[in-house]
Amino acid sequence: MLELLWLVPAIPFAGALVLAVLGARMSHKSATIMGVGTVAASAIISILIAAEFLNSPPATGMYTQTLWTWIDVGSFRPQIAFYLDALSLVMMVVVTFVSFLIHLYSAEFMRTDEGYSRFFAYMNLFVACMVTLLLADNLLLLYLGWEGVGLCSYLLIGFWYQDPVNGRAGRKAFIVTRVGDTAMAIGLFLLFHSLGTLRIQDLLHAAQVQWSTGSAYAIAAAALLLGGAVGKSAQLPLQTWLPDAMAGPTPTSALIHAATMVTAGVYLIARTHVLFELAPPVQFAVAAIGAATLLMAGFSALTQNDIKRVLAYSTVSQIGYMFLALGVGAWGAAIFHFMTHAFFKALLFLAAGIIIESLHHEHNIFRMGGLRKELPIAFWTFLIAGCSLAGLPLITAGYYSKDLILWSAGSSAAGSTALWAAGIAGVVLTSLYTFRLIFLVFFGPVRTLVSRRPGLAMTIPVCVLAVLSIVGGFDKAPFARFIATALPTLSEAVGGITETLSSIVAALAFLCGLLGAWFVYQRNPTLATAMVENPAGRALHRFWFSDWAMDWLYDRLFVRPVIWIARVNKADLVDSIYDGLASLTAICYRVLSLTETGKLRWYAAWIAGGTVAFVAIVMFL
Amino acid sequence: MEMVPIRDGFILAGALFALGLIGVLVRRNVIFILMSLEVMLNAAGLAFVVAGARWGQPDGQVVFLFILAMAAAEVSVGLALVLELYHQYKSLDTDAVSRMKG
Repeated sequence: MLELLWLVPAIPFAGALVLAVLGARMSHKSATIMGVGTVAASAIISILIAAEFLNSPPATGMYTQTLWTWIDVGSFRPQIAFYLDALSLVMMVVVTFVSFLIHLYSAEFMRTDEGYSRFFAYMNLFVACMVTLLLADNLLLLYLGWEGVGLCSYLLIGFWYQDPVNGRAGRKAFIVTRVGDTAMAIGLFLLFHSLGTLRIQDLLHAAQVQWSTGSAYAIAAAALLLGGAVGKSAQLPLQTWLPDAMAGPTPTSALIHAATMVTAGVYLIARTHVLFELAPPVQFAVAAIGAATLLMAGFSALTQNDIKRVLAYSTVSQIGYMFLALGVGAWGAAIFHFMTHAFFKALLFLAAGIIIESLHHEHNIFRMGGLRKELPIAFWTFLIAGCSLAGLPLITAGYYSKDLILWSAGSSAAGSTALWAAGIAGVVLTSLYTFRLIFLVFFGPVRTLVSRRPGLAMTIPVCVLAVLSIVGGFDKAPFARFIATALPTLSEAVGGITETLSSIVAALAFLCGLLGAWFVYQRNPTLATAMVENPAGRALHRFWFSDWAMDWLYDRLFVRPVIWIARVNKADLVDSIYDGLASLTAICYRVLSLTETGKLRWYAAWIAGGTVAFVAIVMFL
Repeated sequence: MEMVPIRDGFILAGALFALGLIGVLVRRNVIFILMSLEVMLNAAGLAFVVAGARWGQPDGQVVFLFILAMAAAEVSVGLALVLELYHQYKSLDTDAVSRMKG
């Protein structure tokens, strides 16, 4: 069974290829079968592989499948090879399964779109790239998947390309993540230069042997990889692309946020955890970035009025939790949160998609309301996912994973009370913005009439995900045991925060946020407007609404100078060298073409003169 | 038999060659150009013969025979071209045929 591993990325890739080449000539039905079927096959195979892996685990706890040697230059021999262990297995199963549900949902959501087959071609390619990234045995193959994911995000965010705004959002996502990718590429050069291999397991082993903890090389390599992870996972300071990525179709947002793309950074850090353990300052930076991002994004989410942007900021914030977990060495907790987050975030986006489609593509939450009775399926599933996101104690999956992260942040040897407190503050914010969203959208008076109810292909995925958003957290102990075969377990500090205390405080924080949202948006709806009305409130609102003015800052710092230079240097200084070369050639051509007179006697004279000159040179030089 | 000094022979060959070359360059009538070419070929042939006589080797005369054969071939092709040229342009002026200029 394990030999079928290569099919998991290959099938969606083949689907993408067929849809890209023949898509325009395919019927709607065959495009659906091609687009959804390939990912379904991939999900089934990965579940079968997981069953086999769990029933009869390989002796070494991992399985490698080498297909062929990709490049062979001297000692540089990266292979197309897949590496399966507990970490990549969990990621692969979650990614393919959630992707399958999203594809199924898209079949209905995108049914009337002109670019139906194009959409599925991109989506299939997206899944194929992500699975390649997860299963890659060496960092170069991982980088291929990494860039492929970036390309697909660009294509999908700008899917409705007739609107220039969407194209802009696509370019922004591509360019901002490119900043991180460049850092990561340099990191790969550094790793290959100093360790002589890019195979992840060999590399980690070599790093452990050659580098001492805190050595300059280890710090540089880990920091550069962190740069890549920060870009892809939309963490501070490169998080600005993700909210704009909402320009794409809603299933795309679900795919980017839940299954593919943004969790790639978390995976990269978990995969190369040895390097981060060798570089304690960088590992602390991971935790600090995570904590800062989860708070900043939480505040930003509070002020947004576009339902998808609220969810986007909540993703940034939740990935912040994963980074926090990675930073304190709770590798398993980060992956656990990745899994539960994939379930409830996919569900949130898909439920939001139902709402948006039912209301004539209305995104503004202040023009929604009273949808509890109108769209009961969307209401219940959104409520379950929202509770999971906010961490409703004891019932939801999100509570278990987040609780584990919070406790790890407080009790780990690398953690601290400050990080724990930031996490708790994040819980209050998460609960606050989630229930603000729920109260505004589903309660209160009806503001926009519902035009359409979701069909079966949209209902089934949200129901399945709703179940998973609850039961996904009950397997905490077996999950921890399983993931421990691939990742080291948490090293607890003496006298850290106890698990019970952390859980109780987290539960209280959740209640705080819930009551706050209820009080402001349900009990006294005028209070929210009053807060925004006064000058200080308005300034703060604008500040958070614009994502802490980060876009403004980057616009001033980078975008405008670049545009200014481009305008000043319109003639292109460097290009003038080549232009000069070209015109010199043209002049020479014109001079030489004067000799082509067409007169026979001139040619004879040139031949004679040339011969004389040649003989003279031979004789006298 | 009195040997012609080799220097005199070469001077004569050189003079003939120069005359032929000047003829090729200055005459516009294509017939005269061909004739001048013949003069140049014969000048070269003369140089071979003189050199062959100086060292008592037959090679110079062998080469002259080759030159004669080549000159015959050249004239046959050249005259065919001349006829065609006259047919097309009703003129034997080479400068009239200058349409292939750059």
